[in-house]
Amino acid sequence: MSTIALPEPDSATLSRRDEIVAGLDALVGPGALISSEDERRVYETDALTAYRAVPLAVVLPSSTEEVSAVLAFLSDNNVKVVARGAGTSLSGGALPSADCVVVGLARMNRILDIDYANRIATVEAGVTNINITNAVSGRGFFYAPDPSSQLACTIAGNIAMNSGGAHCLKYGVTTNNVLGVRMVLIDGTIVELGGGHLDSPGYDLLGLTVGSEGQLGIVTEATVRILRSAEGARPMLMGFASVEDAGACVAAIIASGIIPVAIEYMDRPAIKVCEAFAKAGYPLDVEALLIVEVEGSQTEIADLIARITRIAQAFSPTVTRVSKSEAESAAIWKGRKSAFGAMGRISDYMCMDGVIPTGRLPEVLRRVQEICTGYGLSVANIFHAGDGNLHPLILYDMNDPVELQKAEDAGADILRLCVEVGGCLTGEHGVGVEKRDLMPVQFTPRDLRQQMLVKNVFDPGWLLNPNKVFPLDGRPTPSDGRPPA
Amino acid sequence: MTNTVSPADERELEAIVAEAAAHGAALAVEGGGTRRGLGRPVEADTVVSTAAMSGITLYEPAELVMAAKAGTPLDEVETALAGNRQRLAFEPMDHRGMFGSKGHPTIGAVAAANISGPRRIESGAARDSLIGVRAVTGRGETIKSGGRVMKNVAGYDLVKFLAGSFGTLAVITEVTFKVAPMPETERSLIVSGLDASAAVAVLSAGLGSPFSVSGAAHLPSPSGAPSLTALRIEGFEDSVGARMGKLRSVVGAPGDADICDEAASKDLWASVRDLTSLAGESDAPLWRVSVKPGDSPAVAKMVGERDNRALLFDWGGGLVWIAGAGADAGVMAVRAAAGAAGGHATLVRAGREVRARVAVFEPLAPPAMTLTKQLKQAFDPGAILNPGRMYMGI
Repeated sequence: MSTIALPEPDSATLSRRDEIVAGLDALVGPGALISSEDERRVYETDALTAYRAVPLAVVLPSSTEEVSAVLAFLSDNNVKVVARGAGTSLSGGALPSADCVVVGLARMNRILDIDYANRIATVEAGVTNINITNAVSGRGFFYAPDPSSQLACTIAGNIAMNSGGAHCLKYGVTTNNVLGVRMVLIDGTIVELGGGHLDSPGYDLLGLTVGSEGQLGIVTEATVRILRSAEGARPMLMGFASVEDAGACVAAIIASGIIPVAIEYMDRPAIKVCEAFAKAGYPLDVEALLIVEVEGSQTEIADLIARITRIAQAFSPTVTRVSKSEAESAAIWKGRKSAFGAMGRISDYMCMDGVIPTGRLPEVLRRVQEICTGYGLSVANIFHAGDGNLHPLILYDMNDPVELQKAEDAGADILRLCVEVGGCLTGEHGVGVEKRDLMPVQFTPRDLRQQMLVKNVFDPGWLLNPNKVFPLDGRPTPSDGRPPA
Repeated sequence: MTNTVSPADERELEAIVAEAAAHGAALAVEGGGTRRGLGRPVEADTVVSTAAMSGITLYEPAELVMAAKAGTPLDEVETALAGNRQRLAFEPMDHRGMFGSKGHPTIGAVAAANISGPRRIESGAARDSLIGVRAVTGRGETIKSGGRVMKNVAGYDLVKFLAGSFGTLAVITEVTFKVAPMPETERSLIVSGLDASAAVAVLSAGLGSPFSVSGAAHLPSPSGAPSLTALRIEGFEDSVGARMGKLRSVVGAPGDADICDEAASKDLWASVRDLTSLAGESDAPLWRVSVKPGDSPAVAKMVGERDNRALLFDWGGGLVWIAGAGADAGVMAVRAAAGAAGGHATLVRAGREVRARVAVFEPLAPPAMTLTKQLKQAFDPGAILNPGRMYMGI
């Protein structure tokens, strides 16, 4: 059941399925080709579970060279390709189609090199986000971007979506932490972009690649920055009687010159669900909760917390609690990081990912509530308050097609609202299939055409993840944008 | 005889570019004109200046965001930010000393040339703070990418792609930057008398420490005076003092070590940023070599064997400024050394005739060069914007 239109599978490709599968089988090692329907079904969806399609075949290459051979073969045969990391995309970025081959990077999960002197790690793209940090934490280092799905999600997917996380206020998002990639183009050509140094020669092809949602090539290796962890970190909780107070408090902290490593916001419905799940000790009688984390030595942490507490007084927090132990800190973060999972225990939900100017928070939250109430739906809000990334979770019943439609309509209205107040459609989940048809809300036809001409350069036949990002109507032909021959 | 046009807004600029595109007439793109010497010489009868598109259009200190039209003088931006104790985190270099140029650098050119400074190691380059651009492509069409919010992954990141494209893809008309608080104070640890290898080891230890080092440079001394190796820490007074003490014990500080106060530290990093010590002949060949920090001593040694001289190591060794020797600016030796280390070299200063002859930007491997040519075409099909500024034919 889906309400976003997806193109009819190409019948010519479907009819050549056996031939395509045989061709792939000859290119990859034993066990790397998945062709039985039961096994292919595992790959029919990602974390946007309302959309499903069983792919033509799935290949799990073990090397860049295998990826190259597979793409060269598929492009020669005009077959669509959907790259997949761990399949945790919330926007349908890894959603296959019946006429596509999924190229999964799960087997390319080795850490190739760790270079502490130069503070970089080179990894295969199928490595999970957390495993990079795990590999270097013994020496006190970490990989900074930390999406909530970091236990499962791969660096390949992070690069495709330019993933963020709770701590990107201080450390930036994926694109600020990747120095180089090895990427396979649709015709099988292998390119190296960037490297172990800080800037690339020529055009910033690396910057263009990060966040391109698997539409320009398949990244097989990455060189990322690893950073030395701060001496310590400590979160504090502050509860407020109104959204306005909490929002003004965030603005005052930032205006004072303090950049906390994270400022997370939850509204009352989100607090209730997260507390029930994580027993983090969140106050249940407040309208808005802030989790503010600071870093440094114990003395610096105490100083920063004292400064923040002083600033917050002007906004009359009803609760202020500073974590006193590692266990308490872990519980506080567990509540926040498992918010989506906790919500999933009580209801199906659709997670929005809009971004707003932080000063517009009270108005936006009021209107989000009105929008959802208007559709007869409930909503809980999680917000990366420092950077304006708002995650309204719209609760609905997936098995009720009418509710699904309402939830999608409410979500679209919320994202239009985000753009209207000066923000954008997506801060870290990507456009995928979910927000594809909303792109004209944020972009003019000229803006979109320029992006699509970039796509044409890398993938003139539009074989890589083709059903995503750009509305299906108005796509350029391969020759558009080039001077006449 | 070149003719300069200064469109007042995007519509006028669109008309100028469209007209030039219709006639296949090249346009040289310029902000304040202080960095004309960067890149290959551009042959164009008309200069398009962004000077008349000027002014800060948005500044929300509590949201850490500032937008300005491309021709806004950098001074004006920095003064406005300083009024709220904020700044551009990436510490953009002022090229006037290096080129002996006059005029006022613009915020648009900072984006177009991806200018950064010593804080690159901690806070990224201009590209990392740039969150939105508006620009007129070679078709004479205004496009935008990004916006005014910190996180934005809707569509391809043309913001990063246009940063550092030197006006060859589109004329940037407006930029939006994430800004940062200005710290209460700063101090620097100065170790003197180290050779390049020992210095880079000290810088690496500092950058690998948990004390948030925001500057890490080594200044060899050609005159025989002791070299200087410097590490900067910024923040609240008490915190800076405490971290400086710990940093000193972590790096081991072989040789003479000293901690310099805020004023001396600011002077030092301004001179590292602007290469004050390297000013002089406005066309003396100067290379900017980007490598993994640990490879920089070997690069310096290799080029030194051919009369070129490593003059300054920034970014913990990741950026080496090298004086090129000879009629060809020492290109063979510099590129061989950078290439052997997996890095690359840009000839940032040389006479016009040398820059026309020697590849200024590192030649790209064939697949990347093919993409580069096609992408140029996708933005500027008539190849009229700053033709040849980066690569011949692009």
